[in-house]
Amino acid sequence: MIEIKNLNVHYGARHVLKNISLNVKHGEILALLGPNGSGKSTLIRAISGVVRATGFIQLADCSLAGLSPANRARLAAVVPQTVLLPPVFTVLETVLLGRTPYLNFMGQLSEADREIARCALVKADALPLADRCVGELSGGEQQRVLLARALAQSTPVLLLDEPTAHLDLPHQIGLLELVHRLAHQENLTVLITLHDLNLAARYADRVALIADGEIKAEGSPAQVLSADTISSVYQWPVQVIPHPFQDTLLVLPSTTRG
Amino acid sequence: MPKTITPFLLTALFLLLTVLLSIAIGSVFISPVEVWQVLTGQAASETSRTIILSIRLPRTALILLAGAALAGSGASYQGLFRNPLADPYLIGVASGAGLGAVFAMSIQWPYSFLGLMAVPLAAFLSGLLTVFLVYWVARVGQTVSTANLILAGTAFSAFATALTSYLMLRSSEELRRAIGWLLGGVSVGGWGAVLALLPYAILGVTMLTLSGHALNLLQFGDDQAQQMGLNVGRAKNVILVAASLTTAAAVAFAGIIGFVGLIVPHIVRMWWGPDYRRLIPLSVLGGAAALLLADVLARIVISPQELPIGVVTALAGAPFFLWVLRRAKNQGYW
Repeated sequence: MIEIKNLNVHYGARHVLKNISLNVKHGEILALLGPNGSGKSTLIRAISGVVRATGFIQLADCSLAGLSPANRARLAAVVPQTVLLPPVFTVLETVLLGRTPYLNFMGQLSEADREIARCALVKADALPLADRCVGELSGGEQQRVLLARALAQSTPVLLLDEPTAHLDLPHQIGLLELVHRLAHQENLTVLITLHDLNLAARYADRVALIADGEIKAEGSPAQVLSADTISSVYQWPVQVIPHPFQDTLLVLPSTTRG
Repeated sequence: MPKTITPFLLTALFLLLTVLLSIAIGSVFISPVEVWQVLTGQAASETSRTIILSIRLPRTALILLAGAALAGSGASYQGLFRNPLADPYLIGVASGAGLGAVFAMSIQWPYSFLGLMAVPLAAFLSGLLTVFLVYWVARVGQTVSTANLILAGTAFSAFATALTSYLMLRSSEELRRAIGWLLGGVSVGGWGAVLALLPYAILGVTMLTLSGHALNLLQFGDDQAQQMGLNVGRAKNVILVAASLTTAAAVAFAGIIGFVGLIVPHIVRMWWGPDYRRLIPLSVLGGAAALLLADVLARIVISPQELPIGVVTALAGAPFFLWVLRRAKNQGYW
């Protein structure tokens, strides 16, 4: 569904992504993990077309080379971090903007567009917020609004850029449960960047570890999240043990670099 | 549906009222009944006819177009820079356009209608260059802070005004008069100026009105706007060109009038929300009405003499600007 081959991104003289090749299958959640500055967010920006990249990207059997922003936005929707949202738009207005790739330059909405936006609000558990201003919502609520906006874009691919970064524990779990459920119900292909290795282990079908702009390991959480691999990618010693009650694993960082 | 129509009805009504006031009030008062008689071609005194048809009406039309243009472009600059304090005057575009207009007039005084049509073009090019330079200087990454924008705008404004003064000192008598008008109000004109302004104003305002959806998207930042499917580069260029064309048209014939582009969109936003698809057309209507009101005041405050209209807008606008600046600071814009 997402097929990336030999993707390279340069910021000036800095080589930020080096020959990335990555596949995400239909209906699968792939979590992209790695230290700060490793290139996780850049990969999402490259797929969504806001940074210049060389190489090959194909979404839903469509090569992205030469696609207009509107055509790209029909294939992949992005859930960004909640920082810097304009505070005065209402939730409904914000979610309706997700219909942009299907509208003319003036943004004329049809009844069908409104219905799709309403459905997206329902799916993201944000319908009761519809008439509130985005600026008066909590971080968790804002993140659900952005998820609803991305769902309103009606794309086969969903890209989430550290959606849990500013959320407290219950909202982190709530959001990932939601994404997990949607991905499987709606057959969405999901690429998500995360910091929390334990959340990734629990919610992702597959994970990829990225460091210094290169993919260091890729596979199921059990394959990739081994103590050795994580320790070498993050340059910090960790232990990995099976979760005592659930069918997942726990990554326990050590308190000193020794 | 009434919710979306009402603001337009109210603003249009206000505009109609100010148009009537602008035709009726001046050194000679003409009663509304007589105004009506003249406008509908019924019998009326010859003096009233002449005053209305060859003085008051063209002046009203010119002010109306200028107010519409300045408020429409002000609202668009605010959206484009994602900054509630952008105004054609404060960011230097108006002075830049004024310099271009004076420069064109100093090369060849526009005796013909074609010459008159060329003045806004020169103003447009010079205004566009100014806005690019101000943006380039004030920009940090993708954001333009209020402080940077206003400082850069003020500096460019001062520079353009100085050059304009230089051109004035070595210029003909006609140009000196023109510059007097350019620095704050309408006193030349007639139907020629109105007709020369009309095509630019209509083109620019139409382009801006159609850009409401793009401006809404741009409020989320360039990245998100593009990820939602907007061709960000093209949209920004279209809006920048349209806003600068609109400002230049107004400046070329009505002079450098500040603060209309700041006050009107701000009030519209406070009353009827931030949706640019409505904000732009409502600002256009409201700007026309507000500038007409300012012009009526300019005519009656020290009657029989007239204040330059720019003095009236600055007297009302500068305190308003300071108030908005304080509010913007509290809301964390800078």
